[in-house]
Amino acid sequence: MALAIARPLGRLLASPGQAALAGVIALFLLLFLVVPVTTVIYVAFTEKGTGVFTLINFVDFFRTDLFVNAFWNSIYVSTATVLVASIFALPLAYITTRFSFRGAVLIQTLGFLPLIMPPFAGAVAMQLLFGRNGSVNLLLDDWFGFKIGLMEGLNGVVFVQAVHYFPFILVNLSAALRNIDRSMEEAAQNLGCSGFRLFRRVVFPLALPGYVAGASLVFVKVFDDLATPLLLNVKDMLAPQAYLRVTSIGIADPMGYVIAVVLIVVSVLAMWASTLTLSSKDYATVQRGGGGLAKRTLRPWESAVAYCVVGLILALVLAPHLGLLLLSFATVWSFSPLPDAYTFAHYARVFGDSSVYIKNTLVYASLAALIDVLIGGAIAYLILRTKLIGRQGLDWAASAALAVPGVVLGIGYLRTFYDVPMPDGRPLATFWMMIVLALAIRRLPYALRACHAALEQISVSLEEAAENLGATKMRTVRRVVVPLMTGGILAGFISSFATAAVELSATLMLVQSNSDAPLAYGLYVLMQSPAGRGPGAALGVIAVILVAICTFLSHVVIERSQRAKGALH
Amino acid sequence: MKSYSKIAYLAALMCVSLPASEALSQAPTGKVTVVTSFSKDVTDPFKKAFEKAYPGTTLEVQNRNTNAGVKFVEETKSNNQVDLFWASAPDAFEVLKGKGLLQKITITATGIPEKVGSFPINDPQGFYYGFAASGYGIMWNDRYVKANKLPEPKEWSDLAKAPYFDHVSISAPSRSGTTHLTIETILQGEGWDKGWRTVKELGGNFRTVTDRSFGVPEAVNSGQVGYGIVIDFFAFSGQASGFPVKFVYPTVTTLVPANVAVITNAPNKTAAAAFVNYLLSPAGQEVLLEPGISRLPVNPAVYAKAPPSLPNPFTDKSLGAQVKFDVNISEKRTNPVDTLFDQLITFQLDGLKAATKAVHDAEAALAKKDNAQARGLIKEARDLIAAMPITAAEAESPEITGAFTGAKEKGARQAELEQKWAAFAKERYAQAKTKAEEALKLAR
Repeated sequence: MALAIARPLGRLLASPGQAALAGVIALFLLLFLVVPVTTVIYVAFTEKGTGVFTLINFVDFFRTDLFVNAFWNSIYVSTATVLVASIFALPLAYITTRFSFRGAVLIQTLGFLPLIMPPFAGAVAMQLLFGRNGSVNLLLDDWFGFKIGLMEGLNGVVFVQAVHYFPFILVNLSAALRNIDRSMEEAAQNLGCSGFRLFRRVVFPLALPGYVAGASLVFVKVFDDLATPLLLNVKDMLAPQAYLRVTSIGIADPMGYVIAVVLIVVSVLAMWASTLTLSSKDYATVQRGGGGLAKRTLRPWESAVAYCVVGLILALVLAPHLGLLLLSFATVWSFSPLPDAYTFAHYARVFGDSSVYIKNTLVYASLAALIDVLIGGAIAYLILRTKLIGRQGLDWAASAALAVPGVVLGIGYLRTFYDVPMPDGRPLATFWMMIVLALAIRRLPYALRACHAALEQISVSLEEAAENLGATKMRTVRRVVVPLMTGGILAGFISSFATAAVELSATLMLVQSNSDAPLAYGLYVLMQSPAGRGPGAALGVIAVILVAICTFLSHVVIERSQRAKGALH
Repeated sequence: MKSYSKIAYLAALMCVSLPASEALSQAPTGKVTVVTSFSKDVTDPFKKAFEKAYPGTTLEVQNRNTNAGVKFVEETKSNNQVDLFWASAPDAFEVLKGKGLLQKITITATGIPEKVGSFPINDPQGFYYGFAASGYGIMWNDRYVKANKLPEPKEWSDLAKAPYFDHVSISAPSRSGTTHLTIETILQGEGWDKGWRTVKELGGNFRTVTDRSFGVPEAVNSGQVGYGIVIDFFAFSGQASGFPVKFVYPTVTTLVPANVAVITNAPNKTAAAAFVNYLLSPAGQEVLLEPGISRLPVNPAVYAKAPPSLPNPFTDKSLGAQVKFDVNISEKRTNPVDTLFDQLITFQLDGLKAATKAVHDAEAALAKKDNAQARGLIKEARDLIAAMPITAAEAESPEITGAFTGAKEKGARQAELEQKWAAFAKERYAQAKTKAEEALKLAR
């Protein structure tokens, strides 16, 4: 009897396999995200002294001018950053995917690099170039007698954040543009549509899932980012306020955690809003053989303009890396447009130590990114292809990870896993795999957004066709869905991998020994002294090159698969 | 059979090694884990020297900033894996001691006096030990100062003068234990009201208030700001690395020890104690003289080998002896002082700077053409800037301090106090600006 009822119900919701998958993911998120974070932020809901449940702390939040101000500043900066980042990303994505353009892969790789800004070293390099007495301003002052506040105030934060995070839009939009069915474009052209109108009415709307995925990531990431505002000494934003409070000792103060809760709520809301903008339309296209949009050849003057635009954008967004490179070869660089002299000594100093850091970084970041695409892909599948109750909850929980400050997650892991002994008696929290899991949780939203966008563009009719031909769900996923999602999955993998490779805030709490430490930790240790500045920059350059090589290789893979599809056609 | 004998062997070994551990204290071996805020430049030479002096030991360095280190030791106490805590700020050690996370050891090193300047070197109860002394002072970038034609400062009050406007940097006392001590030194040296007046006059000239100690020397080294209020070794090691920076100790400064302590339930107490004693021995003290470290040894005899540029606080009595520093007062009001600084200066920097600039401008105009009424207005403006929301007695009162500790009794919440103090300062800074602008009009 029970079986008879269960069966139609089950069919309505999801197959047992899918339900089990959802269960496993929910357990994973519960264990490594919800529980650790809750052990830390429940303080936000307790009354001072008594520990009784209360919401008075949230009332305090809205009564405090500083926090209300910080809240609106954060909203402003995030919105403005999305706009500026779009201005950087749109031309690069469009030109490299739409036209046959020499060096498209190289541009995609270079355009991705800004995301990999090593902590501390990157900040110093930015200041030395764009700061109040950086190269640009020293030269301007010398020649024309004025300076530009590129790194001053809220707009300075917008500038730096846009340079830093626009690759999110670039990567996801490019993946989406590649996935558009050529026949759509051809149909539009047959009906007489061309040029900008074609882009505005057909191409861009079809690529919208990718753009929204990237833009929402930028919004949330900037909303929750504390490194850049602190680097620019802007403290009246929410994330820095939370960080400053959580990490000050001797203050048993709930407000830091209250702000963390506000950050999480706003991030989830933003993610939810982004899915709303897409939910009214269907972005899937059926025919997948075409290998994406037709690539047009540019006329000479057009290609000159295109190269100029690309060159200009790349010069601007890669300037910090040029600064980092200079810093890594500089002897002394102080209040001058360029370093006093150059040396290889810094590389010699880090060469011995860095091999273990490099190995750890590669292992940690690739494992974390692998976990991310597996879980992210699975969540995207459950959301878009099943009617499982509570599937949105998985999405929101995973997206909330973006808003959890790294220190909160780090402390949460220590609280949750330090008392759990491993077989050899050492605490579980000291196991290096914990660093991998923390990284995976923190970078999961990137992979999830990318996979979600990729799946959204695939028509379900292809899967139905496969199943009608007798393929099992499992086989359909393996042979149809995953191959079609390759571009999105790789985009997610790269985003997760590259950013995990330079992540520091959660790692810093969890690193237990030098032999388990990733590059970012080695960099942090070096950047605490004047003599460590050069070697720190050298280590930063190594990290960037490392991630760049991996990114380049994945782009080559994407291009190859694209060409293979095209050839089949 | 074979595995059985192995177990028996292990058991025998354990029986032998357990009671013998006391006797073995002569020969420490194995891994010593140290949580430290010191950079690689400091830890590497010590690691090398210690491992050489005690073959068979390895020093495992976990680098965390002081606050994160304290949190880490606290969070992991149930299953502690850390032997030593090694950092500058004495108040971090006070926090650890207060939570029962430190243990006493036997000190064998000799020749270390009781005080450096007017500050006791070791914890009076013997839970932590000073191994190096440092004083606060002013560091500046020579190229920056020359390019902007700025003066070279000698005293704290110099930094409050008009030419220094927007050129000074400091780390927030809530984020840096050593800055906290500097502010506290000024407050104790000049008294609560006068001291805060000085601090806010300095504050009006701040370019930035950074969230980590090293942010200040970094900005001065790279020439992003001109002057920084820093602990001496930041400047010395900057000079040693070739940066064009200079440093001066003002007369009102205090020398504070950097410390080391053994954690409760340290897994390798023997070797941890050996490391502490090594740090305090002449051999360990000499490592401090390496140019990348440049800290003041606490053993006066070691200064014989020091370079002449390193000041000797044991012979140069002007250094740090001026202020009688009361640790108890400092400890009692730590949280209110830090929060006041943040709410009145760090987060109100724009308002404070605008008022200060207006005062500077009016004073410059007055210097050319005097006007009694304008002078009165400027004095009012300065008093408004200097006004404090609470008195020294209130800052030490349980009603205020209780708001910061999560005390059991119901009282004001920290967020309430902060909002009150911030609003107080914001209003007065705005009034001060208006008054100073009126004065400027009169003086024209």
